[in-house]
Amino acid sequence: MAVKIQELEANAGLSFRVEDGVAVITIDQPSEAVNTLSPEVGEELERLLERARDDANARAIVFTSGKKDNFVAGAKIEFLQKISTAADAEAVSRRGQQGFDRLDAYPKPVVAAIHGSCLGGGLELVLACDYRIASDSPKTGVGFPEVQLGLLPGAGGTQRLPRLIGAQAALDLILTGKTVRAQKARKLGILDEVCPRPILLAVAKQRAIELASGRLKPQRARGLGGTAKRFGVLKSLAHKELWTELALEDNPVGRKILFDQARKQLLKKTRGKYPAPEKALETVRVGLEEGMEQGLKTEAKLFGELVVSDVSKRLVEIFFATTELKKENGTSDPRAKPHPVKKVGVLGGGLMGSGIAYVTMANLGVPVRVKEKDDASAGRALKQVRGLLDERVKRRSLSWREADSKMALLTATTDLSGFKSADLIIEAVFEDLSLKRQVLRDVEANTGESTIFASNTSSIPIGQIAEGAKRPQNAIGMHYFSPVNKMPLLEIIRNPQTADWVTVTCVEVGKRQGKTVIVVNDGVGFYTSRALAPYMNEAAHLLAEGADIAELDRALVDFGFPVGPITLLDEVGIDVAAKVGKIMHQAFGERLGAPEVLAKIVEEGRLGRKSKKGFYTYDGKKKDVDQTVYDLLPYGRDRKQMDRQQMAERCTLQLVNEAIRCLGENILRKPRDGDVGAIFGLGFPAYLGGPFRYADSMGAAKLLERLDHWQQEHGNRFEPAPLLQELAKQGKKFYAA
Amino acid sequence: MADRPTLNGHRRVAIVSGIRTPFVKAGTVFSGLTALDLGRMVVQELVQRADIDPQEIDQVVFGQVIPTITATSIAREVLIAAGLPRTIEAYTVARACATSIQALTDAANTISLGLADVAIVGGTESMSDVPVFASRPLAQALVAASKGKDLPGKLRPFQKLKPKDLLPTPPAIAEYSTGMTMGESAEKMAKENGISRKEQDEIALASHRNAARAWSEGKFKDEVMHVLIPPAFEQVAERDNIVRQDSTLEALAELRPVFDKKYGTVTAGNSSPLTDGAAALVVMSEEKARSLGYEPLGFLRAYAYAATDPADQLLQGPAYAAPVALERAGMTLQDVDLFEMHEAFAAQVASNLQAFASEEFARKAGRSTPLGEVDHSRLNLTGGSIALGHPFAATGARVVLQALHELKQRGKSTAMCTVCAAGGLGVAVILERA
Repeated sequence: MAVKIQELEANAGLSFRVEDGVAVITIDQPSEAVNTLSPEVGEELERLLERARDDANARAIVFTSGKKDNFVAGAKIEFLQKISTAADAEAVSRRGQQGFDRLDAYPKPVVAAIHGSCLGGGLELVLACDYRIASDSPKTGVGFPEVQLGLLPGAGGTQRLPRLIGAQAALDLILTGKTVRAQKARKLGILDEVCPRPILLAVAKQRAIELASGRLKPQRARGLGGTAKRFGVLKSLAHKELWTELALEDNPVGRKILFDQARKQLLKKTRGKYPAPEKALETVRVGLEEGMEQGLKTEAKLFGELVVSDVSKRLVEIFFATTELKKENGTSDPRAKPHPVKKVGVLGGGLMGSGIAYVTMANLGVPVRVKEKDDASAGRALKQVRGLLDERVKRRSLSWREADSKMALLTATTDLSGFKSADLIIEAVFEDLSLKRQVLRDVEANTGESTIFASNTSSIPIGQIAEGAKRPQNAIGMHYFSPVNKMPLLEIIRNPQTADWVTVTCVEVGKRQGKTVIVVNDGVGFYTSRALAPYMNEAAHLLAEGADIAELDRALVDFGFPVGPITLLDEVGIDVAAKVGKIMHQAFGERLGAPEVLAKIVEEGRLGRKSKKGFYTYDGKKKDVDQTVYDLLPYGRDRKQMDRQQMAERCTLQLVNEAIRCLGENILRKPRDGDVGAIFGLGFPAYLGGPFRYADSMGAAKLLERLDHWQQEHGNRFEPAPLLQELAKQGKKFYAA
Repeated sequence: MADRPTLNGHRRVAIVSGIRTPFVKAGTVFSGLTALDLGRMVVQELVQRADIDPQEIDQVVFGQVIPTITATSIAREVLIAAGLPRTIEAYTVARACATSIQALTDAANTISLGLADVAIVGGTESMSDVPVFASRPLAQALVAASKGKDLPGKLRPFQKLKPKDLLPTPPAIAEYSTGMTMGESAEKMAKENGISRKEQDEIALASHRNAARAWSEGKFKDEVMHVLIPPAFEQVAERDNIVRQDSTLEALAELRPVFDKKYGTVTAGNSSPLTDGAAALVVMSEEKARSLGYEPLGFLRAYAYAATDPADQLLQGPAYAAPVALERAGMTLQDVDLFEMHEAFAAQVASNLQAFASEEFARKAGRSTPLGEVDHSRLNLTGGSIALGHPFAATGARVVLQALHELKQRGKSTAMCTVCAAGGLGVAVILERA
């Protein structure tokens, strides 16, 4: 008997056992890091539920996971990718909905015991259960990340969540895709109970029995009753959410205001480029106004449309690209292993240096030693890092004790003491070749044979910095993006001399710092800075032609960039951009020559936000174009009306064309790295999937034609990349189909 | 190998590296920091300066004299707060003002017996953050109230309190067994040993002059870290702030006695002040130091602790300990190149030196001959606790560190450090450079 009730359903990874009067169904898919849902899993689950229903020894059911820190990560994306028509996808959604409807109506009580991430389909599964209990572990989180992949929750999630926690709170989760931790989820009403991890299953079984015997009746009344129960009558009268709930959700007029507001805010963010959140909003609205049945129907239909949409395909491709990158070591030798990094030195504690120090000690968890020129600068570096930790303490993502123990890993110095025992030294000094060479020499003189020297240069080739080095094989580029704690990309630059173990070690460090890492080959500006250069130049050309600053920025933001190019100039510093521009000009000639307008602006002491004087004003509350900057530009304050679409196209195509050159010149190893780098490092619109996916969906011939067009109008800086011409001739794509 | 120096027949212990914070007057630049903060920072910086792999560290022995009530296991807390691997074991020691000497000799014993190879030792003290207690009746009322079941029950215990019970009580720096404060004990010694006010002021003056000279000659550059003061990290403590460059005998003579206003000679000028600071050392077995490629600052050759009746001359401990330590080192006073003597009070320094040379004292201590004269050209050449300050638990490590650096500076080989401590305790340590 014992063997029989412990049998493992190998295929779907589900196991079934009855203990203490409860049927425990455990999902633990073999040789997978996380559990995912698919039709096969659904069928198996239903079979086990039927068995539990007929088993007189089982008074109730508990769902649990056998994974270390995961409950169910969501639907199996590979499965969704194979669906080719909207109708098929809609049918899949319907089947999922019906399965969870049956679970919802199941005669015996069902308790979900959640530890680890419970996302997407996983959350839909537990929403159809009678009781949700989760562990208090920081690894536990619930959410609907579907919109991030251009989808919406397609198995009843858009209907059950608003009914459980109210429309406003539900939309906040469904439209953003964010994950909330257990305690927050309990406050929102998604979870019924949170308990310590070691006793999770035992408590879940106990609750299951209590439900079966009628001793436990979960009360989740929303509105005054529910809030009063949670917070006490007096307190709940002062509770903002309660009043919002009464005012906005529980009457038709208020609801209309709520949805109108949500749509407006959404469009501000998506600029109409990302249909998923809009459609999700629509399904929630239909469900609340026309009932669950209509809601589910709409959910399935719109889900079907989204699965086969281009945007979703691009977003899923990016997701897979980053997943793939996580598994690679950055070299052609998959056997190359990283050396242990037990201490990191950072030279220069400015904005970049302290950001690098922060992600290293906070995420990698090893001691970090920062060197600065004097105590005051060293103090500023420490303050900067402490500030980032304090922010997290404020947001409650860290306790002050945790923040202190991370801060304990950071020390600052004004000499090279403590650097000898560092395994990796990252320099983040001023962008100047002779200075960087000097720094490299100092490091070599004070460290051992196996110390890696990484330069956080944004444009100077590693080969030049390592010229004359004693150990050029230890030199590499680690190009971080500002602000380092927020920007997800790390571009690693390897020179032909760089040893494989050095590359692999730095890739591993980058991943553990929480970065998506691409490895590119050496060259001026490597990939990201080089692809950005003609984009920025084109914006400057547009200014010189008389474009309006706000219009130009708006054009690129409408196109899908997070900020416009002129705002970006102000943020990175106009002098820095001019400097990099000059380096590019020298290396690549006229094609990457920057128009002279920038030099003139820098001469006037306008450096951007850091000098509080640039293209925009920084003294008032609102950021406005600084009209006086036009006096330094051709056409003065008399700006020309220019077509936004054309402005966006000119800038974007410059970036795409330069990215293709980088691939043709073997700076990029794969189109995939170029797409990931442009999206995560440069803010290239994700819905287009990156410059190469964009080129592919446009078609090489069409792209070539557009570039030819602009070349005729504006000259040789639009000359199409040789690789593009070749592909167009052969009728090929960057990504093999 | 037979004549290789040892620690009492066991393997010799090297002092590889050391550092201290600036020592600052209580209530000044470190007033926002706790003893734990200071200890953490000094250990963090020490590990960095020594460029040692933290995994090599076997234990941390640390102390504090006036304990922080919220972190009583200070050694362990310092280790954790410094971000060292939490698998390193640690324990807290206390021997009043000789606390960090105790930390050093404890770790040295463990290492010399082969039970550990690498240890961090030291001490930390914040006189700006001393615990302030509730009076006994108030404390009792608070405990009773916490057991009360309802509001009246919780309030009742407070009815019996008198207004004066509400005043907080700071910790006393007094002998529990005699009730005498340190200063009163110093007064007693000055009178019984006939130490003049002038002699005391001269010792204080020398302390300030020597310390000021050492600072201006850059001698403390490698011994004293810069502290970037959290949480803003804008203020920097670079040097000791008690040392006076402009001190004169006349100015010192003008100060009024503190502990005996009528007949006394002990003043704020010839006593060590209340101080905040921390100091720490890395110690290793000689072989381990060599195998890791360190050039040790020096070695612990011998040490001895001793005690006298606190009701007698409280701070005479070093005079009892020194001859034993020398005997264990197989040396005489003439073999010692430099003396580092902790200066609790100038009266104590003068009394200790007098006892070294005194036949009568030798007899009292049960020895046939006196130790001998210590000439001032070998004593506290870079300043002592009167000028540098005296964060109780950090002073011992400071004294050892300063002695080793000065030996190196002068190319000498042997130093003796002494520290007197509350309870009539004293210690003497013999250090050698090679």
